[in-house]
Amino acid sequence: MKRAANGRSSGGLDPALAEWALARARAEGASAAEVLLVSAESLSAGVRMGEVEKLKSSRERRLGLRVFVGQSSATAATAELEQTSLDDFIRNTIAMARLTAPDPWSGLPDPTLHPATLPDLDLRDSAHAIIAAEQALQIARECERAALGSDPRIRNSEGAEFSSGVYEILFANSSGFSGSYAAGNFHLGAAPIAQADDGAMQLGHWSTSARHFAKLEDAAAVGKVAAARALRRLGARKIKTTRAPVVFDPDMAASLIRSLAGAASGPALYKRASFLVDRLDTQVAASAVTIIDDGRMLAGLGSKPFDGEGLATNRKPLVERGILKTYLLDCYSARKLNLAPTGNASRGTADSPGVSPTNLYLEPGSYTPEQVIGSVARGLYVTELIGFGINAVTGDYSRGASGIWIENGELAYPVQEITIAGNLKDMFLGIEMVANDLRWRSSVVAPTLKLSEMMIAGE
Amino acid sequence: MANEPAQPEKFFLNRFGMTEGSLERVLGNALERKADYADLYFEYRNAEALALEESMVNHTSKSISQGVGVRVCADDRTGYAYTDEVTVDRLQIAAEAARAIADERGAALAPVRVGAPLPRHRLYELDSTPLDIPLEERARLLTQIDETARALDPRIRNVMASFAAEQRVIMIVTSDGRIAADVQPLCRLSVTVIAEEAGKGRQVGSFGGGGRVEWKYLFEQDRWRDYVHKAASQALINLDAVDAPAGEMVVVLGPGWPGILLHEAIGHGLEGDFNRKGVSAFANRIGQQVASPLCTVVDDGTLPNRRGSLNVDDEGTPTSRTTLIEKGILCGYLQDRLNARLMGMAPTGNGRRESFAHAPMPRMTNTFMLPGEATPDDIIRSVDRGLYAVSFGGGQVDITNGKFVFSASEAYLIEGGRITRPVKGATLIGNGPDVLTRVSMVGNDLALDSGIGTCGKDGQSVPVGVGLPTIRIDGITVGGTHA
Repeated sequence: MKRAANGRSSGGLDPALAEWALARARAEGASAAEVLLVSAESLSAGVRMGEVEKLKSSRERRLGLRVFVGQSSATAATAELEQTSLDDFIRNTIAMARLTAPDPWSGLPDPTLHPATLPDLDLRDSAHAIIAAEQALQIARECERAALGSDPRIRNSEGAEFSSGVYEILFANSSGFSGSYAAGNFHLGAAPIAQADDGAMQLGHWSTSARHFAKLEDAAAVGKVAAARALRRLGARKIKTTRAPVVFDPDMAASLIRSLAGAASGPALYKRASFLVDRLDTQVAASAVTIIDDGRMLAGLGSKPFDGEGLATNRKPLVERGILKTYLLDCYSARKLNLAPTGNASRGTADSPGVSPTNLYLEPGSYTPEQVIGSVARGLYVTELIGFGINAVTGDYSRGASGIWIENGELAYPVQEITIAGNLKDMFLGIEMVANDLRWRSSVVAPTLKLSEMMIAGE
Repeated sequence: MANEPAQPEKFFLNRFGMTEGSLERVLGNALERKADYADLYFEYRNAEALALEESMVNHTSKSISQGVGVRVCADDRTGYAYTDEVTVDRLQIAAEAARAIADERGAALAPVRVGAPLPRHRLYELDSTPLDIPLEERARLLTQIDETARALDPRIRNVMASFAAEQRVIMIVTSDGRIAADVQPLCRLSVTVIAEEAGKGRQVGSFGGGGRVEWKYLFEQDRWRDYVHKAASQALINLDAVDAPAGEMVVVLGPGWPGILLHEAIGHGLEGDFNRKGVSAFANRIGQQVASPLCTVVDDGTLPNRRGSLNVDDEGTPTSRTTLIEKGILCGYLQDRLNARLMGMAPTGNGRRESFAHAPMPRMTNTFMLPGEATPDDIIRSVDRGLYAVSFGGGQVDITNGKFVFSASEAYLIEGGRITRPVKGATLIGNGPDVLTRVSMVGNDLALDSGIGTCGKDGQSVPVGVGLPTIRIDGITVGGTHA
């Protein structure tokens, strides 16, 4: 068995268990198999109005198995890891596979595609593992206190929460790949509520996430940003239905590229359930738009040394100066589309591989966010979007929005209970300005963007 | 699996070799500090799914999960710890982690004594569950669905169908000596079709259904064929859809699944936790008029075989029917035990959780509006210009400011009292505390949805139901693209 290691031990996960399960599967009649072992521990601590509200501690271990009998396959997951239970589990999974239709495109990756070595991507903080309850509560308390203290109109709170977790992944298949990695994450978020004299309330939310404890934003700063986001929504009004330019703040812009990545993913394409069918190497966005998927950024929130099928992750443009350069593919969708897999297989223990971006970002431009807003005579700066009004098949887009109305290049007054609508195909082509304010707040990020025009529905 | 559904509480004790005495000791350990209450939540879940795409049933999956959650409550604080290794030792470790929420000082409560199992409803006593049906037979249905859909119209280019079935066995043991258990079957059939026509592009249509039902449910009244027809007709109709209008207008909602309006606009805002904390737009509004007198809205977890129904909630409380709005007046909240106690109210059987990995919170079950007097035809005829929406995707609400959305996936223009052209999907946005004040007609055709809803809150998903008669809303903003 070829084993690739990333220089860190796989700790609680036993490679021998994976090897044993693969051998059992073969002995029971599977022609090929893969095993995914996951263990995770976490602790989260929440405070509300200065008082401790919740503590949650978790620990789980699961085994996922995918077996092939010829071209038929089945996937199963269990938390019962004793060998006697696993014996039955493996037999039952193989029996399920035998009842599944043979699929000419199914199968493990071509073994030559597996990497021989894996990089250490610095996904685990060597100085901090799980932050103990007392310190976690103290951080959450400091964060919420800063929010509550920042303005007398911050009168209530949904609280602040700090969480930390570590997890380990071990993946092995019967064609000889075995790899493992350990990772951790830290997260702090606050949700204070501002209340106007007339009683109307608005929630503001802000958070910070990182692989390394020291990379988190300052707790008090997170609380203050959350409070400012609540306060600026006070007095929001509805506006008349109109067509106007729309500026997406970075988090809302990130939701747009997430939709694009979904439409560019292999399963959506071979089902013809995507507005990007047959659009490879064509212009799908304005020339100012370059979107990169990079699974190997050091300490990246979406980084991993190998994907859900044991293929190397990598860096590639999804969109380069407006041209769609690649789809995001696992091995199955790659075979169906007659393309090469892209290292974007995602895998939960109980499901066959799907596709997801790794670290996905829209490259920053040269404008400051102020310049972008300043370029708009009258339009919408959108800071919140709700609902599921995105049709991936057609690209039709219609979501509930709130934000700030722009008058003569200035943020004038908050607005709410409106929708913005268009079609993602036109929206990406209509990106007129890209700002320089890219921040790695999550695994999918974008800077402030200006879209030339959307329909805004209100009164 | 649970061979003794009549006594599900025995399932865990037998399976993990535990006794009531050992559970009493774990609860005693959980309460060692100054706590009010502790409970243990045992769960064993067996789930299987099959999926068809491109005319092949090429995906099958199975998941077995089990674990225990230990909760300790002290005032308004909650400590929660869970483990998927179900041993007394692991439970003691979890109990120690959960009790860290409570103050060090203070005397322990009296020793825990577990009593006899509590009564529960009998809403889904099935002779067999879909998990008992051979996989081949389940696969055969998906193949029939594919053939049926493709035969309907040559423009149907792709069919995706899936069938998911699960059985959950749960047991709740509490520090006040209650023990409750339940076996909860659940299944769902989903059909999605893609239609394509030269010059008109591609469109999607979806439908499905299920519940806490036997396999034969899908065949009674030709249900599965009905799902296929509805999915196909939605995709085909949408090929001809014109741009949806933008702006405020009269909207008529069809019966059934459009009840998602109530779920988003009303239901979430009336969950006890948000109201205890005063963070809901509905806080302190009991007794006030929040809807037209035509509107009575209930949440009912006791409807037999429904997806949102439960014999007991995830805290062991039997579910109930709670009137949320009666003739326009706000009259009730949905409660779990913690929030009911802190608000001085009674639990309503709405304490739910996604799994043993989550603490319970107030959640909806089946939420619907009672029927009125108008006929659906009268309601359509009353509209000079408006939108008639019959099918929806998902919805979402901002609890604090009350603004909610839900997105139509099949809708038509009403012109001169007649349904005319199909329009593209659009999101509708409104304000929870006042949208129902604009309801001017309520139909006599109450229908519940077909059993497809899943509600997300704070990262936890639970199955729910909704229902609505045809209603007329005199003004709501439609987020189309056409001025």
